[in-house]
Amino acid sequence: MTSDHLTVLKSQALEKFNAFASNSAREEEWRYTNVSALAKKNFPLATNESEINLEALAQWKLENCYHFVLVNGFFNEQASYLPKAVDICALSLESESEDDDDFESVLANEKNGFLVLNFFHSNNGLYLNLEKSEVLDKPLQIIHLTTQEAMVNTYHTVVLEENAQATIIETFINRDNQSYLSNSVLECAIENNAELTLYKLQNESEKAFHFGGVYIQQAETSKFTHHNFALGGLLARSEIHCDLDNDSECELNGLYLGQNRQHLDNHTRINHNQPNGISREFYKGILNNRARGVFQGRVIVAENAQKTDSQMNNRNLLLSADAEIDTKPQLEIYADDVKCSHGMTVGQLEEKSIFYLQSRGIDEETAKHVLTFAFANEMVEKVEFEPLKQLLQQQLLIRLPIEL
Amino acid sequence: MLSIQNLSVNVENKHILKGLNLEVKAGEIHAIMGPNGAGKSTLSHVLSGKAGYDVTDGSVSYNDKNLLDMPAEIRAREGVFLAFQYPVEIPGVSNIYLLKAALNAIRKHRGLSEVDAMDFLTMVKAKVKALDMDEKFLYRAVNEGFSGGEKKRNEILQMAMLEPQLCILDETDSGLDIDALKIVAEGVNSLRAENRAFVMITHYQRLLDYIKPDFVHVLADGKIVKSGGAELALELEEKGYSWLEQGV
Repeated sequence: MTSDHLTVLKSQALEKFNAFASNSAREEEWRYTNVSALAKKNFPLATNESEINLEALAQWKLENCYHFVLVNGFFNEQASYLPKAVDICALSLESESEDDDDFESVLANEKNGFLVLNFFHSNNGLYLNLEKSEVLDKPLQIIHLTTQEAMVNTYHTVVLEENAQATIIETFINRDNQSYLSNSVLECAIENNAELTLYKLQNESEKAFHFGGVYIQQAETSKFTHHNFALGGLLARSEIHCDLDNDSECELNGLYLGQNRQHLDNHTRINHNQPNGISREFYKGILNNRARGVFQGRVIVAENAQKTDSQMNNRNLLLSADAEIDTKPQLEIYADDVKCSHGMTVGQLEEKSIFYLQSRGIDEETAKHVLTFAFANEMVEKVEFEPLKQLLQQQLLIRLPIEL
Repeated sequence: MLSIQNLSVNVENKHILKGLNLEVKAGEIHAIMGPNGAGKSTLSHVLSGKAGYDVTDGSVSYNDKNLLDMPAEIRAREGVFLAFQYPVEIPGVSNIYLLKAALNAIRKHRGLSEVDAMDFLTMVKAKVKALDMDEKFLYRAVNEGFSGGEKKRNEILQMAMLEPQLCILDETDSGLDIDALKIVAEGVNSLRAENRAFVMITHYQRLLDYIKPDFVHVLADGKIVKSGGAELALELEEKGYSWLEQGV
């Protein structure tokens, strides 16, 4: 493709994104999350700054990890630490696809404007390919740091070949409480019997827009575990799609913690395409002030996906009368011999629990914080990587000041 | 230590306590007995500061302070402890966290520094052992999945750790088999002290076989209708409550 042609397509992609954002309210998939404010913002595309202060990274870099650092969507080699003897590099758009038809096809067919924008405007991203039976010896932390009021697009692609294993931690942070769009997509193929554990800590600024898409193809007997922590963002949307093959298993855990006017949308889709798949989904939400949460969990069990075993659970805690949650489970089952369940709850802190703690000398406000922390901490306790667990608990404690 | 004068309490506009009087001095053990619906649990809840109880008349003074003016947590910090009839399950909060947070809140109120972590652990482990509990309980969520007996023992463990001055035991014997009852009673007896008083609320005399009260009061229809020594409990066991209620 000529660079002139690509420039034209890139500009069309921007137009398509703006049109999508303006009209998102009409799309069923975006029913609860109106992103038209983004069209009005008209953020410029992020640029690569040569001199950049990376001090903000220090508190987020987890120990005992590899680090893949992106600043405003550009790979920062100096701040990164990559595993050796592993097929890993920083992608750029030109290396993604050499087939002109791909570009035309995305532009013509992709309905999700964020994905169109991401495809054409991502600068760098992670490319990781673990070969057969290769096990990444430490977790790989991808840090997305934004320091500009701009649109930052990143695209990651991961391939785990047969029996390979990896843990990846996506971290999204901002330095100066800015307003921007962080748009990140991760695609992963998990081949036979391979295992991916993916963590996401979304701690964008409370003025920021965030779109994070995770698209997983699972082969036979593979396993995918996701832990999704949505703490930041003015308007944040997380999408996770899993396609399961025979005997494969996926576990999706999530916690969204909204305050002030935050809007946190969690959209998941699990496709049971073949028999004997197992899916476990457990999302918890805590919403305070005027925050709004969305949970849309869709499970599609194909006609031949017999013996599918699927459970979905979404529990919400509303801490204020003005907070809102829209929770929508969608089970579409076309097979007849399956075990599928779902449960949704919305509630408040229990008076009797608050009184019990008060009767032991703990003041009412602390009692509420303790109980809220306990509700959230159930999800944090599922994190197996200790440095991340500690970081998450610190973040919870900033929002819920109690002494542990 | 505790002086209740003419206490009248409404719950959801229903008259429950109707002019109750009670004097409790340091070192004493008082048993309050009575039929169901007499207002026994209302009394324990009003003393511990639970919301939803409307005091229409009377006063409660504790160590010469107006108890009814204090929020629940201040009462606890001032040394009032309620052992719940139905201890609350609190998922996600470990027993040891609650014990430490409570102890430190109370110590802070008394102008003491936070408890040293090692001292705390030594102390709590000794009390756990004395109550014949498994140390694992300390790391489990408060009362979650505990049996009835385990919950009651856990209440006594908290009481032992927090060293209150006024202990209110609300139907502590209910749901206990005889072995658990003995352990709980031993726990209570070991806490008996000159500067500490107990108010035990109970439907049955059984508990009083193991914790000998100095005074027994009969609460019927919202007030104390008869008071006496330990022998009154035996009389009640024999005759039931109806002969007293008829006199009301």
